[in-house]
Amino acid sequence: MSERTYNFAYLDEQTKRMIRRALLKAVAIPGYQVPFASREMPMPYGWGTGGVQVTAAVLGPDDMLKVIDQGADDTTNAVSIRKFFAKTAGVRTTTHTEEATVIQTRHRVPEQKLTEAQILVYQVPIPEPLRFLEPRETETRRMHALAEYGVMHVKLYEDIAHHGHISTAYAYPVCVADRYVMDPSPTPKFDNPKMDNCAALQLFGAGREKRIYAIPPYTKVVSLDFEDHPFERYRHDAACALCGATDSYLDEVIIDDRGGRMFVCSDSDYCERRRESAPPAPQPAGTDASHA
Amino acid sequence: MLDADVITRTRIDEAELADEPLLIAEGLTKWYGRQLGCRDVSFELYAGEVLAVVGESGSGKSTLLQLLAGQLAMSSGRVLYRLRDGATRDLAMLTEAERRLLFRTDWGFVQQDATLGLRMSVSAGGNVGERLMAVGWRHYGRIRHEAESWLDRVEIDPERIDETPRSFSGGMRQRLQIARNLVTAPRLVLMDEPTGGLDVSVQARLLDLLRRLVQDLGLAAIVVTHDLAVARLLSQRIMVMKGGRVIEQGLTDQVLDDPQQPYTQLLVSSVVPV
Repeated sequence: MSERTYNFAYLDEQTKRMIRRALLKAVAIPGYQVPFASREMPMPYGWGTGGVQVTAAVLGPDDMLKVIDQGADDTTNAVSIRKFFAKTAGVRTTTHTEEATVIQTRHRVPEQKLTEAQILVYQVPIPEPLRFLEPRETETRRMHALAEYGVMHVKLYEDIAHHGHISTAYAYPVCVADRYVMDPSPTPKFDNPKMDNCAALQLFGAGREKRIYAIPPYTKVVSLDFEDHPFERYRHDAACALCGATDSYLDEVIIDDRGGRMFVCSDSDYCERRRESAPPAPQPAGTDASHA
Repeated sequence: MLDADVITRTRIDEAELADEPLLIAEGLTKWYGRQLGCRDVSFELYAGEVLAVVGESGSGKSTLLQLLAGQLAMSSGRVLYRLRDGATRDLAMLTEAERRLLFRTDWGFVQQDATLGLRMSVSAGGNVGERLMAVGWRHYGRIRHEAESWLDRVEIDPERIDETPRSFSGGMRQRLQIARNLVTAPRLVLMDEPTGGLDVSVQARLLDLLRRLVQDLGLAAIVVTHDLAVARLLSQRIMVMKGGRVIEQGLTDQVLDDPQQPYTQLLVSSVVPV
């Protein structure tokens, strides 16, 4: 057997060209879902097959790759995908947001502001924001084509009618460049404002559903809302128990079976950086942080 | 190019155009392969007028309604409609976007089966508000207020605004469907057996409500029904269909009291007097 078993970044060059053509179209029509011939990948659907294919298509030998899963660099999914590209492409990898040139993410946008030199690749389970309101694909395509988005607001209306506020907390629908309504993948709505006018190129890949879409740099991204119930970010009313951050998105961690819990930054790199640079001010574990 | 404004804006002086038909159907024909749906149906409908289409099952009434509503492609013929700017246009000449906007603002379609015309998993308020949101309403309070007032108009307790139609009776569902269609103040409503499947007392109440709404709002309506009593109560004009063709048409009272065609005579005499 030859020494290199795989082509660079696993996929063959024809496949990468096919994906790049879809990516170019997606960038040209911000928010529009471009069908592509998604391949079988050596991982189950739902683990980021779409994101991995997009990453493989944009990755070059000089790139520095970072992979996060729910904000963390050290969870199974993130570690596996990072190792996958380290092995099949030989690219350098990092956990530091500012060092990375390509960041593949599942369900979070890093806290650190992204730059023009970076590409953010999202893993998307269900790309169609209208899917739960309209099951027919032929019909949702027509609705996108004609910009018939009234039903999106029906969903938000139902939220307010039942809960008194817009209770959609993740996969919160956005309108991209005043045209297409888009599902931002299951990121918390806390991250929606970061997608607006973002310097980095944002690419979305859905492997099972065979769709690619994109937000080019500095594109207007508006979260849908009502005049009297405007869009609001949500984060737990607490500071990070490890780094004390009051501006980051927090995960709630259950620490015992008596109701004890702590809040920590979901973005593990952001949290570590803050602890390295500043003298720590840890909260005692087991108590709720009391300030926002 | 026609913009949304022409379709949705408030009416211009209707009185000036009262002698112009609102809708003109010319030679509507539909073949399902070699099977005839309906053939060469032509009529004119004026603003505020209610036309009943009666006939037995399979006579082509529902096909006709679906052709008018653009749900089926016609084999030949055309439908002309007078838009709110006063211009009469061939519906086939509008773009799909314009046609769909027209159908969900200036037209209504009441289905026989309310589960097809409603979103069953969405609350009553959301059902009524959907058309408003589709034409750009973005104020929750105002949408809700409008939905409440419409529920009241169709005699549904506004307290039940947050319940889904699943918890509603058949009659209530039908009334909710009517509210959902009328909320954008359409000028034309198509109804397919609006009282089908309801028991008699509920039917009577619904007919009463429909008659009042049609009068108050000056709606034009095309009501497909096999129930001659519905035709008698609601409509001014009637069209009798058989085997896909119109065999008799005229003023409702005239046709029902003095039917000329043998089939119409049979239809009228088949009604069991109580």
